[in-house]
This record gives sequence, C-alpha cells and structure tokens, in this order.
Amino acid sequence: MLEHYLSLFIKAVFIENMALAFFLGMCTFLAVSKRLETAVGLGIAVVVVQAITVPINNLIYRYLLAEGALNWLGLDIDLTFLGLITYIGVIAALVQILEMFLDKFVPKLYHALGIFLPLITVNCVILAGSLFMVERSYTFGESIVFGIGSGAGWALAIIALAGIRERLKYSNVPPGLRGLGITFITAGLMAMAFMLFSGIQL
Amino acid sequence: MNKSLRILSAPLIKENPIIVQVLGICSALAVTSKLETAIVMSLAVIFVTAFANTAVSLIRRQVPGSIRIIVEMTIIASLVIIADQLIKAFAFSVSKQLSVYVGLIITNCIILGRTEAFGLKNAPLASFLDGLGNGLGYSLILLTVASVRELFGAGKLLGFTILRANTEGGWYVPNGLLVLPASAFFLIGLIIWALRTVKPETGKE
Repeated sequence: MLEHYLSLFIKAVFIENMALAFFLGMCTFLAVSKRLETAVGLGIAVVVVQAITVPINNLIYRYLLAEGALNWLGLDIDLTFLGLITYIGVIAALVQILEMFLDKFVPKLYHALGIFLPLITVNCVILAGSLFMVERSYTFGESIVFGIGSGAGWALAIIALAGIRERLKYSNVPPGLRGLGITFITAGLMAMAFMLFSGIQL
Repeated sequence: MNKSLRILSAPLIKENPIIVQVLGICSALAVTSKLETAIVMSLAVIFVTAFANTAVSLIRRQVPGSIRIIVEMTIIASLVIIADQLIKAFAFSVSKQLSVYVGLIITNCIILGRTEAFGLKNAPLASFLDGLGNGLGYSLILLTVASVRELFGAGKLLGFTILRANTEGGWYVPNGLLVLPASAFFLIGLIIWALRTVKPETGKE
C-alpha cells in the first residue's frame, strides 16, 4: 500500500510534472520566476493549496456529483456537468479561508506568501489537479498523495527555473530574445530534461 | 467603425495575448501537437472570451468591485461548461484528446485578463469585439504552432498526408522533436524573437 502511494508521489513529482510535462500554470511559471525568493514562496503556497483542494474536491465529486452519488437521497441524477463550476468555487473559497487562517494564526507565513496566495485561484495547476483527479478516478488516499506530489513537482520546476534565470542575467543574449523569449527556450530545455523520467515505469 | 476595427485587429499581432501580453500560455503549449485539437480549442476560447467579455460588460455597473472576481469566474465557468458539453456532444474523440484543457479555459488568464482590463470599463459591443479579437489572436498563434508541429513532426495536416514519411515508404524523415511537448516552447520562443526583431516596440522588458 505504502509502495503504491510512494510511486504515485514520484510519478506526480517527476514523470508527470505539472509544469514541464503538462504545461500547467505557465503564466505564473514564466512571470514569477525572476527571483529565487519569490519562486520559493509561490512554490510553497501551491503545495499547501493543492494538498487541501484536491482531497476536498475528491470528496465532493464522489459523494455529491458523480453518477449515482446521490442514491442515498433516493435521487438518481448525474451532476458531473456541474464539476467545473464547483471545483473553481471550492478553490476560490478555500484560498480565501486559508488566507484568513494564515493571517490570524501563522502571520509569518502569511507575509511570506503575500500577494501570491490570492493569485493562486487563477493558477491552472490547482484546477488541473482536481480535474486530473476526477479523470483518473483516484481514491481519497491517492488524491492526498497526488495533491501534495503535483504541487511539489510544480514548485520544484519554478524554483529550478528561477535559479537558472538568476544566472542568465550575466549571459549575453541576443536583444530580441531577451526576457520572455529566452525564458521560453530555457523552459523548453528543462522540459526535455524532464522527459528523461518518462521512460521510468512505476 | 474605424475604432471597432482597431479594437478587433489590435490583439492579432500588436497586442497578441500570447506573445505580447503573455496570457494563456498553458493551453497554447499543450494542445498544439495536432492541428485538429488546436482548431477545436481555438473555437472554444473565442466563444468563451467573446461572450464572457460581453456579459461582464453588460453588468459592469451593477456589480460591486469587491465581489467582481467571483462574478466573473461564475460567468466564465458557465460558458466553459457550455463549450465543454458542446465539444463532448459533437467532437467526442477530440474532447478525449483535449482532456482537462477545455476545463482549464476557466483559469486561462486571457479571459479573466480581458474581462478585468476591458470588459469592466467599456460598452458591450466594444467588449464583444475585444474578446473576439483576443480569441482570434490566441488562435493565430495556436494554429501556427500546431501547423508547424503536425506538418514537420508527422508529415500530415489535419490527418492528411502532405509529406510522405519514410516509415510509410515516402522520402520525408519526420522530425521527432516536434512531436514532443517541449518543442512548443521553442516555437513560441522563436516566434517572440522574430516579432521583437521586426517590431521592437512589442517587447516591454
């Protein structure tokens, strides 16, 4: 059992890396990777939010939305089409609650995360985590592991890119390629490096 | 009339959402390995961004600022559900290939970005045109990247053989790199390079 969870975690972090294999959360990935410090803060925020929202959406899907989930009420209806709007609602609400909670009880972390916490609502990694969870029909336990793993994989990718970009400042890049262009190419090379993991069978 | 035309055409190249405003990149990279998926995705995004922008513009005076993000998200999510159901109904095999990316239009920053930057401040018709233009600008990049990737990666366009691959007895040796997702990064990077060399004013950094 533990082995199964462990391989799911490794898979979510490396083989199916959200940023470099599925290209999710690219807007923030490219925009907020200029400095290592902010990248680390955002990475932590994503792991935390992902670890909470994926399991909660898993419960909502299985006990409210899935086909036949409302049989206990004597209703035979399929609410899966409401999935998208429910997940984004849950994510927005949770981010808001998390923000208030951190502000009250862990002000240090709250200040470290700053503006990134509210921005996470529109980061597609979070929504994609819930959508992949539904598409691959993970159980509750698996969804917790997948949530943490996929968040950690994304954090790893953005921290690595930020590190590279800080070094890149000293290199001589052609004028038209400076800034966004070279970041795309760097991210492409990183994605190719991560493809090495795709041959691993777990 | 001229103003409407300008609103519609500006986002095509000069203010292109992907390569100039850097919005909505996730899906641009992920769904471009084949032209067919790129076309379906483009249509979905044009539909959502045009109507979301119009709807937000229509209620812009009634919605208080503090809850506008939630209102916008609800409008966008409803439109995406419609698009998702339509794609599932009429193009089921494509919807399987697009996997979660249709749902991710909700968090596609082009749409929220345009409703925030344009829909909230302008009249409905102008907002509709702005949404349409941004959707088209997005499609332009998506279709360019997808055509290059499918033509040179597999020797086909829309599934029809253009360059006969050597595995099927032809002369063309497919470029395996372009089938890989990483190639989308390189292509968009090169497009940005080309645009900034031709039009340096588009590069803000």
